[in-house]
Amino acid sequence: MKNRRAIRKGVNLLALGLSGVATAIGLFFLGAILWTLIKNGVAGLTPAVFSAMTPPPGSSGGLLNAIYGSAVMTLIGILIGGPVGMLAGTYLAEYGRASYLSSVIRFVNDVLLSAPSIIIGLFVYELMVVRMGHFSAARSGVVTGLLLAVARISGETAPLLFTALNNQFWSTNLLAPMANLPVVIFQFALSPYPNWQQLAWSGALLITGSILILSIIARVVVARLNPAGRR
Amino acid sequence: MRDGPEAARTPGEPVPALLKNTPAAVSRDIPRAAGRRFLSTGDDRKRDRLPAPMNTVAAIEARHAAGQRLRERLFRGATLAAALLVLLLLGGVALSLAVGAWPALSHFKLAFLTREIWNPVTDQYGALAPVYGTLVTSFLALLLAIPVSFGIAIFLTELAPVWLKRPVGVAIELLAAVPSIIYGIWGLFVLAPILQAHVQPWLIRWFGPLPLVGRLFQGPPFGIGILSASFVLAIMVIPFISAVMRDVFETVPDVLKESGYGLGATTWEVIWQVVVPYARTGMIGGVMLGLGRALGETMAVTFVIGNAHRIGSSLLAPGTTISASIANEFAEAVGDLYTSSLIALGAILFLITFTVIALARYMLMRLERRALSSL
Repeated sequence: MKNRRAIRKGVNLLALGLSGVATAIGLFFLGAILWTLIKNGVAGLTPAVFSAMTPPPGSSGGLLNAIYGSAVMTLIGILIGGPVGMLAGTYLAEYGRASYLSSVIRFVNDVLLSAPSIIIGLFVYELMVVRMGHFSAARSGVVTGLLLAVARISGETAPLLFTALNNQFWSTNLLAPMANLPVVIFQFALSPYPNWQQLAWSGALLITGSILILSIIARVVVARLNPAGRR
Repeated sequence: MRDGPEAARTPGEPVPALLKNTPAAVSRDIPRAAGRRFLSTGDDRKRDRLPAPMNTVAAIEARHAAGQRLRERLFRGATLAAALLVLLLLGGVALSLAVGAWPALSHFKLAFLTREIWNPVTDQYGALAPVYGTLVTSFLALLLAIPVSFGIAIFLTELAPVWLKRPVGVAIELLAAVPSIIYGIWGLFVLAPILQAHVQPWLIRWFGPLPLVGRLFQGPPFGIGILSASFVLAIMVIPFISAVMRDVFETVPDVLKESGYGLGATTWEVIWQVVVPYARTGMIGGVMLGLGRALGETMAVTFVIGNAHRIGSSLLAPGTTISASIANEFAEAVGDLYTSSLIALGAILFLITFTVIALARYMLMRLERRALSSL
């Protein structure tokens, strides 16, 4: 009897200990990724990054055109997807709560959100809709949804490979290929040139840093608006 | 608000019993309508002849109400249109994939699905290698991610002190916010060399000689390959699976857990014998959502999988996945058949993810319904 009790207690401790270990593993990877980015990215984070164009191999330069391109594309994505998402979210939350149609739309949203971004060119509609629909616009705040959407699309690479392409130079023409951070990171990181790789790390640090900050702000906003929130 | 769902219903849809019963529906509205009529045209005729105030106020109110109704209708129309746009979007994606894939499918017939060959020079294409890579990497990723996610969910719901819950929860969620391309370069420059130098030689040494499973761990340690891709994918889906698991664990009524403790169960026994059975459907739904993500993940996998169109018997060998093939080759694909074959790959992936997500949704829906009925 006593033995059994000891075993049960042991199993309990072991299981709970392992769950702590699992959490530590998750946190470790977040830390490892951030540490890599900071270690490799900070060195290249000079003022030139924000003021010069992407360079040819071997000479110095920055990421100005890519940063600009990413900002413009994110903005346009939000301008198109934002209103659509908010309206559709409102529909799901207010009018279509229990109807058959709304469950179909919710389902399709899930499919679009999880479906390979590489297949779907534009990613923001579904994002906005799901955020708004699931978190219920009125409670969590529209700002949050927008911030989360910005965070999501500004790091999205795959659709841009074929749609935005890339551009070595400054371009403000929306109908021509435009530089953008994710694709520049993709190309530069896989290139054999040290200066390109350095820029890729700096770009990666920039984009991850801003996304993480946006996500944290969004969560703080949720917490403010929703003091009795579940998390 | 009350008549919202009714208005949203499309014409072809079955009408709930309550509404078919017209007398009930009408009688519900009669008191209101009658009341209004009573106020304006009722017994007291003198009221209409009374000078300004009352009459004007009533008129303004009436006009106001009409305007409000109109605006309400317009707003509802706009929201419905936006919601339908999403449906259109999915339809458009499916249609364009089908049209684009048709040349390849009609040329290779069913052999497209069963052949491993992928040769742009001779224009011969088969989907087997990328499909195999997609399924195997996703499966391995889940194998690695599920226990960790389960542990994280337990830690967050049952173990962590209140002050620790939020920061740890947010940190885990931030893993989901890191762009996939970052996982890609991190996987290629940091994780792959570590795996190559330390983990893979160890696997080859200890698991390589084993019968049956040994074949999976033979060959040179490349660093990049199926195993590395699975590793990166696992890290990427952990936040999704653990978030869903945490949420379903939180739906377990405290009464149930307290009954368990009351019988003298340990924390682990309560989790394993009360919480898990209660939350099983939701947990599976969460895993399926993670699977959906893993199947479609592109950039991270493209960096670390090695992009070789072949099926190696070893997990350490380079391979490819559907999305990595498309990302790598689409921009350079020349010839209609090449392009069309890549689109056909996309269509296959779309079908796979669609099925997985559909199952996940269905399971989560069942859970929701049960939660509602138990209230």
